[in-house]
Amino acid sequence: MGRQTEQNHIRPQAGGSMRDRFSVSGLVLAMIGLPILAGLAGTVGPAFGLLPALGGGHLTLDHFAELAAQPHLSRSALISFATAIVTTGVSLVLVMLFTAGYAGTRMFSRIQHLVSPLLAIPHAAAAFGLAFLVAPSGLALRLVSPGLTGYGSPPDWLVPQDPLGLTMMAGLIVKEMPFLFLVTLAALPQVPLVQARQLSASLGYGRIRGFLISVWPLLYRQIRLPVFAVLAYASSVVDVAMILGPALPAPLAVRITEWMADSDLQMRFLASAGALLQFALTVAAMVTWLVLEQIGSVLLRWMSRSGVRKADDRLLRRSACAAMTLSAALVFLGLAVLFLWSIAGLWPFPALLPGSVTFQAWMRALPQAGDAIATTISLASSSAAIALLFSIGLLWQGGVRDSRAFSSVLYLPLIVPQLCFVFGLQILSVALGFDASFALLLFVHLIFVLPYVTLSLSQPWQALDQRYETLAAGLGKSPLQVLLHVRLPLLTRACLTAFAVGFAVSAGLYLPTLLIGAGRIVTITTEAVALSSGGDRRAIGIYALLQTLVPFGGFLIASLVPHLLFRDRRAMRI
Amino acid sequence: MKPDTTDGLHLEAISIALNGRTLLSLSAHVRPGEILTVMGPSGSGKSALLAYLGGFLDPAFTASGRILIEGDDLTGVAAEKRRCGMLFQDPLLFPHLSVGGNLLFGLTPSIAKRDQRQRMVKQALADVELEGFFDRDPATLSGGQKARVALQRVMLSAPRLLLLDEPFSKLDSDLRQQIRTLIFSRAKSARLPVILVTHDQADADAAGGNIILIGEEAGR
Repeated sequence: MGRQTEQNHIRPQAGGSMRDRFSVSGLVLAMIGLPILAGLAGTVGPAFGLLPALGGGHLTLDHFAELAAQPHLSRSALISFATAIVTTGVSLVLVMLFTAGYAGTRMFSRIQHLVSPLLAIPHAAAAFGLAFLVAPSGLALRLVSPGLTGYGSPPDWLVPQDPLGLTMMAGLIVKEMPFLFLVTLAALPQVPLVQARQLSASLGYGRIRGFLISVWPLLYRQIRLPVFAVLAYASSVVDVAMILGPALPAPLAVRITEWMADSDLQMRFLASAGALLQFALTVAAMVTWLVLEQIGSVLLRWMSRSGVRKADDRLLRRSACAAMTLSAALVFLGLAVLFLWSIAGLWPFPALLPGSVTFQAWMRALPQAGDAIATTISLASSSAAIALLFSIGLLWQGGVRDSRAFSSVLYLPLIVPQLCFVFGLQILSVALGFDASFALLLFVHLIFVLPYVTLSLSQPWQALDQRYETLAAGLGKSPLQVLLHVRLPLLTRACLTAFAVGFAVSAGLYLPTLLIGAGRIVTITTEAVALSSGGDRRAIGIYALLQTLVPFGGFLIASLVPHLLFRDRRAMRI
Repeated sequence: MKPDTTDGLHLEAISIALNGRTLLSLSAHVRPGEILTVMGPSGSGKSALLAYLGGFLDPAFTASGRILIEGDDLTGVAAEKRRCGMLFQDPLLFPHLSVGGNLLFGLTPSIAKRDQRQRMVKQALADVELEGFFDRDPATLSGGQKARVALQRVMLSAPRLLLLDEPFSKLDSDLRQQIRTLIFSRAKSARLPVILVTHDQADADAAGGNIILIGEEAGR
């Protein structure tokens, strides 16, 4: 549905009393902003010794001293810091080069179809898949053994938990790159891609160089918040770090999580001090990134002034394309290996495929997993449904479009490390006497689900031809009638997709579920990550696959329902 | 002597400005069944005029002037209470509804009985030679058929005036003439005042009413 250039005379939404009576955006601001502030306060207090419930009644810096005395603390922090910068940098540069080289081509849409489903795969499942590929007894080495390597038994390599965290970074890159790619895709229509390409090509610039000089600065401005979200996530990630990251010492966030979950409640003071260190570390990573942005823009300016054309950039272009394809292939291959392990009978090392196939592991695991699956689905579907309602209300009132400040608050849960405020929330809820309850967990999930659902819905919402609504109002329909009978039916597919995105986010959420669920409410994701230390490959394979299948089911329903609903409406099925 | 404002559509000192620059200012009287043609280049504010009359003008514009229909002041009335029927370049049939569903959506709620509503919609289809199209998917219609459904949808809503935003510009020339004649004759027989915005002199000639030039052309 194309929008007419002259339609900008039309106010997107006509006024209506119902719409003005209360403000959804105010409610959402409170819903997201207050828990984050309260959570941060709940972390800061105990870090300085203030936690009356545990007998902490006076200000002290002892807990920071205790934190500083932890062995190898600086190494843990350094690895987290490096992971943030490297993961974000590599993902962004690859996405940038690939978009520069291919935007608007058929290869671009092919890769887009390959990469989009990756977003639905939970981080932990992708990480397990990668671990099963690159481990000493993993598929990669089996492919070349014993033929090329001569290994008859798995070598004694420290992979995936290599001390530099390289596997962990790779595991994050294969998941963050699709995210950055999709937000770039969403921003592309807002930049004059075609004209800029023609102009720079006519001046003799190579595709990548021309794109970087003329389009990238505009595009980067649009995706800056998501980039910082990736930075914050990578600096404080727990589940991927537990699966792929180094063990002694573990990355900072993993160690803090262990302290938080310690049965000795006195450890919470230490954990709070650690969470503040984590906060500082994430801020430091962001400041570093700001410096890198400056360096990047100086480089770009220098590039555009030099006049160098770099007309032939095929090699660079193809490398970027290969890297994108490889990273997607790694995730899919990883899932395949997970599946193989879940049905493997005996599978000794150099054999490429299992000697026999058995469903015993599934038969054993499924009955036990039933409760976790049910919890995951009910938590994910209720948080996604509530978030969808809020998003519709927000967009209907125009809150998202009106203010940049608002969209920054919406992004806050993605930019403040989860660890820093969810732990504080947990402490507060214990202090206030709340038990770990489904309702509380649902509320916390909503904080993380809402931004993604709103982001997913807002683009199609704004792209809908406004003349449909104008016309309906001309036919005498009230704003509410227009919403219910015109806009929402026309956006059925977009609403379902937004729901599925929210569903997947909730289903894959690890740390908040772990901390707020307090071990009493478990989902597939917490169960899967808990298995990582055990090393039962068949069980891991099953749980990681279940973790993937649940959100996949959401997307499947989202794509099938419009076909059923609009069987006889051709234009609605596209 | 004060002019009689109870007859047809009166536009009194309408003025629309954007960022302090006045795009257009006009007064006009359009009698029932008459067509006022507004011509001007793109960016001259033609669409802003229609948006103002329909009640959809973006708040970025500043507009003043009164809109009177049969003596009732529409200025400041909510868009959905103005009963300004609109036709655009595209027929904009709702893709999620059947052809009949589109017409039922348009049909005025003052007709409440289910079977009577059905009957009126079927009659409206028959009036434009589309008998039996009730259950059809709008996406399967030809351009001319869509245009006729769009016309009937707006006529069934019992509008008090019609606003036409270049409604013929996307049709090829044969069809264009045919649809133009149909729309104009329907508006005349329903005694509706019509405002037509167009680029095309042939549209203005066929409309046969007054012509107002705005933007650059007006200054020439």
